[in-house]
Amino acid sequence: MLATALGSPAPFGQSQFAFMRGNAFEAKVKADGGAELLRLLYERLGGSSPAPGPEAATPDLSAAGPEGRAARTALALREATAAGGWALLDHPMLALEVAGSPAYLEPDAVVVHPDGRWTVVEIKSFPMIDASADASKVGAAARQAAVYVLALERVAAVTEGAEVGQRVLLVCPKDFSNLPTASVVDVRKQCAVTRRQLTRLTRIEDIAAGLPEGTTFDPACPSEELDAAVAAVPPAYAPECLAACELAFHCRAKSRAEGAVETLGRSVRGELGGLTTVAGVLAAAAGKEGDPADPTVVALRRAAALRAEALESAAALRAGAREAASVPGAGTPEGAATCR
Amino acid sequence: MSLITTLARLEAVDTGRAQPLATVRHRHLTDRPLVLVPLTTAGEAGAPLGALVGTDREAPRLLAVAQPRDRDLRFAFLAELAEAVLPHIEAYADVVEPAERNETDPATGKKTKVEVELCTDAGQLIVPSRAGVEFVRLLGRSMRFRRTAEDDPDTPYPAPARVPLLGRWLTHYGERARVPGSSLLLAATDLLNRHWATGQSSLEDQHLGALLSWIAPPAGSSGAEAALRAELARDGEGQLLCPPAGPATDPDFDNRLLAPAIERYDRARTALASAEDGLAADARLGELSGAEREIRSLLARVMLPTWDAVWRGLDLLRELPEGARAEDRWTRDRWSFTAHRDRVRSGEPPQPRRDDAVTAAQKLASRETAQAQLEAQEALDDPLVLAGRRLAGEAFLATVTDVEMTYTESKRPSPRPLVTVRTDERPHLSERTKVYRSLEGKPQTAEFVRAEEEPDQDGDVLLVLRILDRMGRGKEPAPGSVPGPGDRIAWTLFEHDQRGGPKLPDPEETPWTHGGPPGADAATRAEQPDPVTSEDLL
Repeated sequence: MLATALGSPAPFGQSQFAFMRGNAFEAKVKADGGAELLRLLYERLGGSSPAPGPEAATPDLSAAGPEGRAARTALALREATAAGGWALLDHPMLALEVAGSPAYLEPDAVVVHPDGRWTVVEIKSFPMIDASADASKVGAAARQAAVYVLALERVAAVTEGAEVGQRVLLVCPKDFSNLPTASVVDVRKQCAVTRRQLTRLTRIEDIAAGLPEGTTFDPACPSEELDAAVAAVPPAYAPECLAACELAFHCRAKSRAEGAVETLGRSVRGELGGLTTVAGVLAAAAGKEGDPADPTVVALRRAAALRAEALESAAALRAGAREAASVPGAGTPEGAATCR
Repeated sequence: MSLITTLARLEAVDTGRAQPLATVRHRHLTDRPLVLVPLTTAGEAGAPLGALVGTDREAPRLLAVAQPRDRDLRFAFLAELAEAVLPHIEAYADVVEPAERNETDPATGKKTKVEVELCTDAGQLIVPSRAGVEFVRLLGRSMRFRRTAEDDPDTPYPAPARVPLLGRWLTHYGERARVPGSSLLLAATDLLNRHWATGQSSLEDQHLGALLSWIAPPAGSSGAEAALRAELARDGEGQLLCPPAGPATDPDFDNRLLAPAIERYDRARTALASAEDGLAADARLGELSGAEREIRSLLARVMLPTWDAVWRGLDLLRELPEGARAEDRWTRDRWSFTAHRDRVRSGEPPQPRRDDAVTAAQKLASRETAQAQLEAQEALDDPLVLAGRRLAGEAFLATVTDVEMTYTESKRPSPRPLVTVRTDERPHLSERTKVYRSLEGKPQTAEFVRAEEEPDQDGDVLLVLRILDRMGRGKEPAPGSVPGPGDRIAWTLFEHDQRGGPKLPDPEETPWTHGGPPGADAATRAEQPDPVTSEDLL
């Protein structure tokens, strides 16, 4: 909404076909009290525990509001762990503090093992073809599951005999069918990364404290006012934002208007050292600005000279070829002339 | 991204127009490429929605699936796709020229030359984007293990006759597309990105419409404005003016237009099934075909802009002269095409789901070789690519100032001329570093001997190189094989021809570290078709 009000609506949305397919697949996996899901889990992560039977618990987690549901989930987890049997928690609610404010998360399922281990289950509708799936989608699922693992760890810390498995179960359709298959994904690395990022996030209160009095992000405000309000929170745009953030097109427009080199990719910034704007880099390359002792400037000027020379020689060569083509019998030498 | 590419991108930002990254075309384009613009159903792995296919830009063939969840309709689509694609491929399979291939005699271990056929040209397939290449692989995988009624009369849901064959060919094309520098199956975005640098990031460059907007912006508009329009502009119905190049569709298209149309089609079908007499059936059949026509026209509407964009991209690429060594890489593609033709003709089973260890290692090794070869050949063909290598210190341009003849100290002395060259570049040379130059298309080797002196006031240095080969058998070097004073020569520190790595063992001798020899059941298991369930998709 905010992005629309700013004039750069985000091109996100989900096709109802994908939505329907995802829901139908999840329902199929969880049918019969999750028998199929527990079977897959036991096959991949069962360890020395006895096989789950029809007596596996599926506690009711409904409660009012996210806080209520989170509390209900914590209680169900404690009870299931104390009971020492298999339990499947369908859509539990977990709380995790992000930048000082609570965020509520809803994993597809969490399974409690008889030995007190908790395993996060992610059900995705992209296929696993010949036991391998799209790497970027698996990566996204692993990052998502890692956040759930972190949130579960908070609950496990106050639950006796509980331990959160760092290996999660990813359930996907097998090949071109809608039969489920599963794979174990180790999310230790994603957990470590997320944990570190969470501790480094600036707290929302601190960001809010830095804003001018009366700043509002109400989409009903006039767009100039909103623009100023959004600009008060400094963004760090990179092209990767486009895939994830509703405001990315807005930030990109701002970033381009400033001539920031990051609009071309994060790595570009690293290559260009202290030069941060397009105009600055081009001026340095053309020899108009910049410290000639700076190695980046030296490299840039050399790159610019080499590029200009190559383009010139190619243009000359092409002109030559055109002339030669008009004179029958005068062939052009093989390859580019400079390569002889 | 190298600094020289970054610079080109920055120039593109500044000028509002894509800047050249190459001065020649580094991929071969045939006279009649087959363009394929596929669409798939969101969320379904093996449910194509439609396709435009053909070799004539004025007359694409429209294939559409009115209800992607209907197996019969999907099979009909695949059969039609086979009818569109296979004749194109097969037209090249019978036009051959004689060629020679080195083969090792298994009995003696000696290398012998064998007379074989080589297809004089191969069918080329162009898809809009990299996701399209992946989709071709996926289509191949979904089809090649299918059984037709002829293969096995008892098979449930037999596939139409030529579908498994199409699956094998598409698998081959998809696999070949992973070899660097190959041109059998190309994505239009990859082709354009290789030759132009836009003023946006490489992520945004995957959008074919935006990419073309940068390369050839409409009159009076900058690349950035046109690209933004291509990315976001929507018409009165909320539909993108430049629909995604597929195979994925725009969710807004799915939700607002396609889903209601499919629903109408389903309703018409149910109504037809429940029709009680001939007259009512006729009327309802009319409704059904109307609903089908509507879906077809919806799909055509979102695919045609992409179809045109691919052809426009090809036009732009054809304006560049082809690189001298691109033909050489195309010959490898022809070998690959011919080899697959022979495998199909000799009745070999379809490609396995997973390569065994030796095949996988061979593929990786050959791709590495192809990558190194591609990098070397592009630099030799194109001064702009060479400039990038010169910037990295991997090549240098130098003028010959002096040639001194020396000879080896053997019984039959051979020439080892010392060539002094002047250059203002700083290649990464140490003593006895090998450098190469192209001599009549073949590489000539020299080694670095010493740097003559400190840089003079122009920053030039004198380097002494000793030429090592390609001077003939005599005591005196063959004419033209030694450079003369004043010649300006490009030397490279990388080899021009890549040799493959060491030979890999036969599959039967796979070491235990790599899973051991394939078991006796491996051959039979690989051939099994996918088990078909009554509800193989939702």
